[in-house]
Amino acid sequence: MNEVLRRLLFLPEQASTFARDFDQLHYFVILTTFVMSTAVGLTAVFFFVRYRRRSETQTTPHIEPKTWLEALFVTVPLIFFLAWFFLGYREFVRQTTPPIDSMDVYVMGKKWMWKFAYPDGPNAINVLRVPAGQNVRLLMTSRDVIHSFFVPEFRVKADVLPGRYTQLWFNATTPGRYQILCAEYCGAGHSIMRGEVIVLRPQDYEDWLAFQKRGLAEKQDGQPTALDFAPPLGNLVDQGRRIAADQGCLKCHTTDGTRHIGPTWLDLYHRREKLSDGSVVDVDEAYLTESMMDPAAKVVAGFQPVMPSFQGKLAGPEVAALVEYIKSLQTDAVRTGPSQGPSYAPIRGR
Amino acid sequence: MRLSEADSHALAGATAAPTYLHDGTTVMSWLNTRDHKRVGVMFLVSVIFFFLIGGIFALLLRFKLLEPGPFFVEAIGYNRLFTLHGIVMIFLFLIPSIPSAFGNFVLPLMLGTRDVAFPRLNLASFYLYLAGAVLAIWAMVHGGTDTGWTFYTPYSSTTATEVFPVLIAVFILGFSSILTGLNFIVTVHTLRAPGLNWMRLPLFVWGIYGTSVIQVLATPVLGITVLVVAVERVGGFGLFDPARGGDPVLFQHMFWFYSHPAVYIMILPAMGVISETVCAFSRKNPFGYKAIAMSSLGIAFVGFFTWGHHMFVAGQSTFNAGAFGILSMFVGVFTAIKVFNWVGTMYRGAISFKTPFAYICGFLYFLVFGGMTGVALATTSLDIHWHDTYFVVAHFHFIMVGASVMGFLAALHYWFPKMFGKMYPEGWGLVAASLIILGFNATFIPQFLLGNFGMPRRYYQYPEHFQALHVASTAGATLLGFGFLIIFIYLVIALKWGGRSESNPWRSKGFEWLTASPPPTHNFDEIPTITQMPHDYRTHEPSGVIRGS
Repeated sequence: MNEVLRRLLFLPEQASTFARDFDQLHYFVILTTFVMSTAVGLTAVFFFVRYRRRSETQTTPHIEPKTWLEALFVTVPLIFFLAWFFLGYREFVRQTTPPIDSMDVYVMGKKWMWKFAYPDGPNAINVLRVPAGQNVRLLMTSRDVIHSFFVPEFRVKADVLPGRYTQLWFNATTPGRYQILCAEYCGAGHSIMRGEVIVLRPQDYEDWLAFQKRGLAEKQDGQPTALDFAPPLGNLVDQGRRIAADQGCLKCHTTDGTRHIGPTWLDLYHRREKLSDGSVVDVDEAYLTESMMDPAAKVVAGFQPVMPSFQGKLAGPEVAALVEYIKSLQTDAVRTGPSQGPSYAPIRGR
Repeated sequence: MRLSEADSHALAGATAAPTYLHDGTTVMSWLNTRDHKRVGVMFLVSVIFFFLIGGIFALLLRFKLLEPGPFFVEAIGYNRLFTLHGIVMIFLFLIPSIPSAFGNFVLPLMLGTRDVAFPRLNLASFYLYLAGAVLAIWAMVHGGTDTGWTFYTPYSSTTATEVFPVLIAVFILGFSSILTGLNFIVTVHTLRAPGLNWMRLPLFVWGIYGTSVIQVLATPVLGITVLVVAVERVGGFGLFDPARGGDPVLFQHMFWFYSHPAVYIMILPAMGVISETVCAFSRKNPFGYKAIAMSSLGIAFVGFFTWGHHMFVAGQSTFNAGAFGILSMFVGVFTAIKVFNWVGTMYRGAISFKTPFAYICGFLYFLVFGGMTGVALATTSLDIHWHDTYFVVAHFHFIMVGASVMGFLAALHYWFPKMFGKMYPEGWGLVAASLIILGFNATFIPQFLLGNFGMPRRYYQYPEHFQALHVASTAGATLLGFGFLIIFIYLVIALKWGGRSESNPWRSKGFEWLTASPPPTHNFDEIPTITQMPHDYRTHEPSGVIRGS
């Protein structure tokens, strides 16, 4: 049944944990739509056949609907629409709430390509490798205009905006190759801004990751090559530490918990900060990014708005590296190595 | 059957006053006219002209999409074509089509008045429209604008093509829309004939009234928005561009705050037309008059609070998405009330299957299917997959081309004898109607499936597995094009060589038929007193009488 309807409606393969639930709702909604529009159409046809005009000057009785009938006209569609909405919204909340054990990948869209960066090492262009059966969260930003990350087989999509991070998660079920399409118009190359998700079996993924890391290590240990004049790679936390030093972040922010010109970075991630306007903010990726780009927007109470904007001074991956570095600074585990997976809280109430 | 015609003549005055078409035949007498009917006809000719232009762009797009790879035009040329298609169809055709053309012509006739409240403003609105239209087309062809009709920032504020003149053109067109809306609101409030109280207003007037409220309240926001983008491009302000500290999503909020209600500017008048014609061709009083009238106002009101459903995946909060999703359901409910009441109107009527009735059937089907897919899109989670795919394209073409254009064509055929005193050929009318309804389905049903399949919009090249459905869609579009061509040809022939039609060929009891067809310059020698609800077919009594007689 599922397979027949899926093919009939031209839906792509179901390759993520969302796809099947999404399609079930899709079938329900489309079938209701068909039944309703056919019912309205058939009623009209029936009335036409039954009440054809018999003479040009025919008179007709004056008929007005009873109140209960009008009430029926309101309640029947309302009940259906609300049913759709509640089923749909439950699924929407699930899709917009990444689970706590997700693996993070940073994504940057630019005209007209996708860049992927893993917290513990390799970068990739246009090809995203993920293990099957693992929750993956994408933290996405754009370097120029708005793009949108869309994988039809996973039934996931989210806009990728410049100047802020948006997130999206999925759990791919079936190893294989799936096309990434840009779904927000971004100019002449919009239709060829395509990438690929390669879903690997968990063991294959580990092998690939190990191979990538070995490659990086060899590059750093071996003889100097032209590549060494490019910024040294490494995991995002290391990159972030270096950038923080280069950009002078550490002149105002400490990493050991002491108070300085700006708030300390230790345990900053997911701290609930009181702002100068009295409101409270949860320090997440979005807030950290915003504070680098527009520091005066939300100033932590008790500090002066003296921080300059880093808009234009930091590239997307550098912001990602800084965020990842700040996330690594936790009292219970001040890690220096690669992050051992994400450490953020899900939306409260789940 | 002679009765209604005789009455019309009696009301129009025994002495044959010159019809508005013959009262001065020089070009200047048209260009300087303050007659709402002539302004309406000039609008009608202009919107049909721009509909043809927009249609040609659509066919060129469909032609390119026959091939998945580069073909016929380059990528940038394709992007310009869909921008031209969108801007021409929305700002130059759909928004002014029914209100400015048919609204101008029949609204004062239905109200039993001699003109709109501000005849000069009415003419000014037409010239603003022309100026905006000329500027928009010149700017797009000359500057090669490639932003799409939505002007999303920061693309629109950074693209190398010319955007500024197009934004100014949209600003000017907005003023045309505001002036027409304002004029209609004042006319409905102040110039109703004696006996025509609010609960006797024809349903078309209710539809136009709801539309006018939206035009007056929402269009200024679009004006502000495009002006800010224009200033951003020229003056380097950073309100929407994140590279200068702005917020691109703010633009989307402001844009959709206008552009979602604008959908109801396009559909409410068509709903009004259907409310009139379904009564006239079923010879029945409107079933649930109050429900239809009030749901027009309901849609106009709720339409202001649903704009966020365009942005479910654009980075707004999950809570906002839920709130906008549930508010969008109410538009669906108001529309459903109308649909049930239209079908109810046919119950125990006396139905005559003329061309406008074919369009009523098409309209009902397109509105129900297009509307319900719209509600489906508003269920938030389904939108994640469908957003910015051909599913959305097919959905809004079902509403905007399906429903709105069906309304436009029903109005065109129903009021053609009223406007010009000529009759279109009925046989050809039905042929064209069947072609259009069939061609329309063949064009857009494959696009729903393309959307399911994952084909994003505004794609110049596409993966090859989408090709079969694209070819089907292009074939349908060709059929659709032929349908419109047939209508165009037979209407021109009917205008030039057609026989004179009766004054009220449909024996309709809509108030606009109380005067002769085509009406004399001042509509009524004596203002009628309205004595009945519109479309009361219990008796043959005319629905209004001349004062004192």
